[in-house]
Amino acid sequence: MKKVRGVLGASTLLLTGAAAAQVGNMPGGPRVNQLNLPEGVSVIAQDIAWLHWMMLIICTIIFVGVFGVMFYSIIRHRKSRGYKASQFHEHLGVEVAWTVIPFLIVIGMALPATRTVVAMKDTSNSDLTVKAVGYQWKWGYEYLDGAAKDVKFLSTLSTPHSQIMGTEPRTDLYLMEVDNPLVVPVDKKVRVVVTSADVIHSWMVPDLGVKQDAIPGFLRDIWFRAQKVGTYRGQCAELCGKDHAFMPIVVEVLSQEDYDAWAAEQRQAMAAAADDPNKEWTAEELIARGEKVYAANCVACHQASGKGMPPTFPALDGDEKIVLGPKDPQIDIVLDGVAGTAMAPFRDRMSDTEIAAVITYTRNAWSNAGKGSDPVVQPSDVSAKR
Amino acid sequence: MSSIAADHVPAQHGHDDHAHGPQKGWRRWLFATNHKDIGTMYLIFSFMMLLEGGTLALLLRTELFEPGLQFFQPDLFNQFTTMHGIIMVFGAIMPAFVGFANWMIPLQIGASDMAFARMNNFSFWLLPVGAILLTTSFFMPGGATAAGWTLYAPLSQQMGPGMDFAILAIHILGASSIMGAINIVVTVLGMRAPGMTLMKMPLFCWTWLITAYLLIAVMPVLAAAVTMLLTDRHFGTAFFNAAAGGDPVLYQHVFWFFGHPEVYIMILPAFGIVSAIVPAFSRKPLFGYASMVYATAAIAILSFLVWAHHMFATGMPVTGQLYFMYATMLISIPTGVKIFNWVATMWRGSLSFETPMLFAIGFIFVFTVGGFTGLILAVAPIDIAVHDTYYVVAHFHYVLVAGSLFALFGGAYYWLPKWTGRMYDERLGKLHFWSSLISFNITFFPMHFLGLAGMPRRYADYALQFTDFHQIATIGAFWFGLSQLIFLYVVLKAYSGRGEPAPAKPWEGAEGLEWTVPSPAPFHTFEEPPVVK
Repeated sequence: MKKVRGVLGASTLLLTGAAAAQVGNMPGGPRVNQLNLPEGVSVIAQDIAWLHWMMLIICTIIFVGVFGVMFYSIIRHRKSRGYKASQFHEHLGVEVAWTVIPFLIVIGMALPATRTVVAMKDTSNSDLTVKAVGYQWKWGYEYLDGAAKDVKFLSTLSTPHSQIMGTEPRTDLYLMEVDNPLVVPVDKKVRVVVTSADVIHSWMVPDLGVKQDAIPGFLRDIWFRAQKVGTYRGQCAELCGKDHAFMPIVVEVLSQEDYDAWAAEQRQAMAAAADDPNKEWTAEELIARGEKVYAANCVACHQASGKGMPPTFPALDGDEKIVLGPKDPQIDIVLDGVAGTAMAPFRDRMSDTEIAAVITYTRNAWSNAGKGSDPVVQPSDVSAKR
Repeated sequence: MSSIAADHVPAQHGHDDHAHGPQKGWRRWLFATNHKDIGTMYLIFSFMMLLEGGTLALLLRTELFEPGLQFFQPDLFNQFTTMHGIIMVFGAIMPAFVGFANWMIPLQIGASDMAFARMNNFSFWLLPVGAILLTTSFFMPGGATAAGWTLYAPLSQQMGPGMDFAILAIHILGASSIMGAINIVVTVLGMRAPGMTLMKMPLFCWTWLITAYLLIAVMPVLAAAVTMLLTDRHFGTAFFNAAAGGDPVLYQHVFWFFGHPEVYIMILPAFGIVSAIVPAFSRKPLFGYASMVYATAAIAILSFLVWAHHMFATGMPVTGQLYFMYATMLISIPTGVKIFNWVATMWRGSLSFETPMLFAIGFIFVFTVGGFTGLILAVAPIDIAVHDTYYVVAHFHYVLVAGSLFALFGGAYYWLPKWTGRMYDERLGKLHFWSSLISFNITFFPMHFLGLAGMPRRYADYALQFTDFHQIATIGAFWFGLSQLIFLYVVLKAYSGRGEPAPAKPWEGAEGLEWTVPSPAPFHTFEEPPVVK
């Protein structure tokens, strides 16, 4: 009896505890049980919301009209009520009317929509241009002009794996938070040039009213002008492989002064972090650096244990052919990927130092230490192969 | 085929070595050339595929019950999503309509069988081969393809051998469809009974004639698209590999040039079935027969001109966006005409609400919701916001499930007495209808909200704010899945001979030659063509 009471008490506590951990609206993202499009913080987003209301209202009126007639019929024109069937089966006037009137309604719908399509496609005279590159499975941003010119970084999901697996409680920002958001100034026309380094992704931010597929080999541009300072969140919107749900987009809109300050800070940090490509690194330095690079770029497929998920994602731990073989083939693979597989080319995403470090790490981690030829790869080895 | 003169007494068959009645045992089915037997096999096959595809859906809805990953890694989840789509489209919906075509077209036009009875056999037996390839692809290294039923390049290039299995399966299923379509065109154009002009044909035959032309036109395009995927994967071509000078978007153009007419292939026969049921239970002729034919033809022609509305987010020039928006919105006109015609058929009819009529009315009601969300999606700026979100998932499930599948159920109940010779259990039929209608809406209506709020498609995990609607959808999905077992029971019960014996014409208001033959329809019917006034 005591045990039953104990169990009941514990479950009640658990349930109330769970209920007490209420989900709140996501700042810059979906509200709890949101029913409609976001009003948004750009004119385009607001136009889209308006168009949707217009369509919804017109369609609802037509729906109620047509089904009002049908339900009237269902109730009144029943055999069980003794209703006798008429036999009419055509009426030219009515048929012409219900072809022409919908046609006119459709034209009416298309007119405001046309204005918005034309506006959405006009990327001219922008104040700032950024490049968004889709990778499996993160975004890369690069500033092509303005105060932050040449600032370049990756933007990766920052929700910890433990939250995804449920061993830690999830927050209101679950799955829509990143380490390095795209930062832009408020009230400026920002042109985003979108492309991909591997498969098709899609850059979507509902509050800004934008979506653009990221297509490898092609540049497609869109634009937005955020009217309010704040943080706005979106997600990848084209199936791109296993972590399609785990590569969100976060755009931080700052006042012009804050943006300029951020830009200056970024450019300084970039200069400071630039690695000297001719430096000779010690094995320990490379391994330490490489471990960080591996954790940020390789664990998704090759796993933290190095065991991978064969055959799709090969094991690196104990791999005689490449990791424990001569260094050149492994450098080639990291630089250029493996065609026909998910192994992406990291040529444009990592510096020589990072590539050298991660390769050195794989050659010395897990059970690989002390085995194989070429345990250390220097940045100059990598630049020689570019 | 009979070559005797028209005044011969039907009891004597023209063939000297013709077997009296169907063969015994497995030979009857493996070597079947009879349109009724082949129709039955198509229907059984498609129902099995419905259950397989449905199980995959329930697996993925189970994972989506809570945020986080509980049961499946995302890669396996995407295999389920992909195969759910491929199996439902190519294994369930399309073969089911072909099954109806096989059973009903010869009966409705007064023909003794389909034009090419042996090719018909081959068309059917290709299907289990394709289905086995699709199912076994799960057991290949790397599993089934996880690129979505649309198999976009370049993602599909990264898939393992399961993808090649799917490509081969699609070729085989496509060949089956093309042969079936040829059969239907020749049968309808060449084998109608004397006096049955094209404009006297039941609308079901019209919709299938037009659908067959669509199939012949676009299945080869799908074959081309997946063949290009295959050669890019294994034979060094670069159709879709940008680094080698190709274009990933080319795949989308080729695929959707098939894909858009494909969705009309899946709905036009449904329009035909509903156009048979509504007049029967309104005891009134179909309103505007001629407009229905023209509207169907208009929809079919327009369907070739709108494919890029699936590609509004790829970055088309503004002229392209506008053109495809206008052309897509235009399709709502002939579709609306059809809806109005059905309602006008009911207006001042003498209505009764047996199960077939419930499904037909349910179809009109719920398909129209899907039609409206399609019109909303046609508005390109709105599509930019909701493309690749659950809004699209809601739209196409409304038109494919509440549309095509409900029409199939309606037709099954309508013609089951003709097929089995028994009146099915009306109480259970109504239960199946209401259970399906309510659970369907519980499953898919919340998906409109999810999509508008920004929840993307093909996601194994989601932000917490979407949880409640996902949970409602999952509960609805299980309820909907279980409801289909009611249908299975009703059909098995009728086939096993339990139920009132059915007269030749069990439905008072039904019209058509199929109701002039006994129930169950004898193995051979219309050996002598009837004369139609």
